[in-house]
Amino acid sequence: MGLEAKLMSDGFITTTIDALVGWARESSVWPMPLGISCCGIEMMAVAGPKYDIARFGSEVMRFTPRQCDVLLVAGTVTYKMSHVVKKIYDQMPDPKWVIAMGVCTSTGGMYRSYSVVQGIDHFLPVDIYLAGCPPRPDNLLNALMLIQDKIKHTRARDFQNIPLLEPVKVNGN
Amino acid sequence: MEIKDKIVPLLQEQFPETNFEVTDFRGDLKIKFDASQIYPVCNFLKNHDDLKFNMCEDVTAIDWATKKNRFTVVYHIYSLENKFRLRLACDVQENHPHIASVVPLWKSANWYERETYDMYGIKFENHPDLRRMYMPEEYEYYPLRKEYPLMGIPGDLTLPKK
Repeated sequence: MGLEAKLMSDGFITTTIDALVGWARESSVWPMPLGISCCGIEMMAVAGPKYDIARFGSEVMRFTPRQCDVLLVAGTVTYKMSHVVKKIYDQMPDPKWVIAMGVCTSTGGMYRSYSVVQGIDHFLPVDIYLAGCPPRPDNLLNALMLIQDKIKHTRARDFQNIPLLEPVKVNGN
Repeated sequence: MEIKDKIVPLLQEQFPETNFEVTDFRGDLKIKFDASQIYPVCNFLKNHDDLKFNMCEDVTAIDWATKKNRFTVVYHIYSLENKFRLRLACDVQENHPHIASVVPLWKSANWYERETYDMYGIKFENHPDLRRMYMPEEYEYYPLRKEYPLMGIPGDLTLPKK
């Protein structure tokens, strides 16, 4: 049943703002591509016609953090690069999400070395860790679908630093 | 006469007081000599009409972790005309490691020497811009030295605030 059929019969629908906003957000997740090593090649394959990330509404790779929703960190993050990644993340408007693509980004991977950050969660909040070295393009699509699911179930007020509900008091305690 | 047989006699003739240790390993020629002679020898190898080593492919170093002759600086140079590759090596001491820069001869050596300085702390004298290459500029250590731990020194590199 499509939206049109529903509107044809009743002329209106009832929903919540959270559901509507979540539906709108999950359908156009604009990624900020940060292809800083070989994972970037797989990320480009995802944008190409074979895997076609446009099917999920995420084909708009903006290359400017100010218009993006999800930071796609695709590659090894060194200590020197970490400040750049953080600066880009800070410039993205809320609400924002982070995908750590590949093992180097998630844990440091095979680079157990002085120069590589052993996982970007040392300085960024990460939503999805994506395994693989590099991950296959369909794996990245799976990560995007998981992010979409997370976005759909995120409520708008979660981003406004207000408590969701007062604790319920039972018998005056 | 092949280029390979020409190099060492020409060098001996030009620098009679320098001791050249020649190694021929599987057809690759290596010449080791005193570090103070690096600039004149390179100048000769580059500008001699029969040799013409006009390309510097790499400058790097080895840390032997020994008290004496701790580092060896290695140069890979190539003669496009003779299609011949040559390796030069010079020992450098642990206390104030320094060697003359070859940037005036080969511009490509600029970043190679910067990298070697960054990783081993060997000072290349008369280098036009001897700064760190990969590590942050205020960094205090030299990561490819043998005493440097694999995972680095805790707190030496900063992460952004969470």
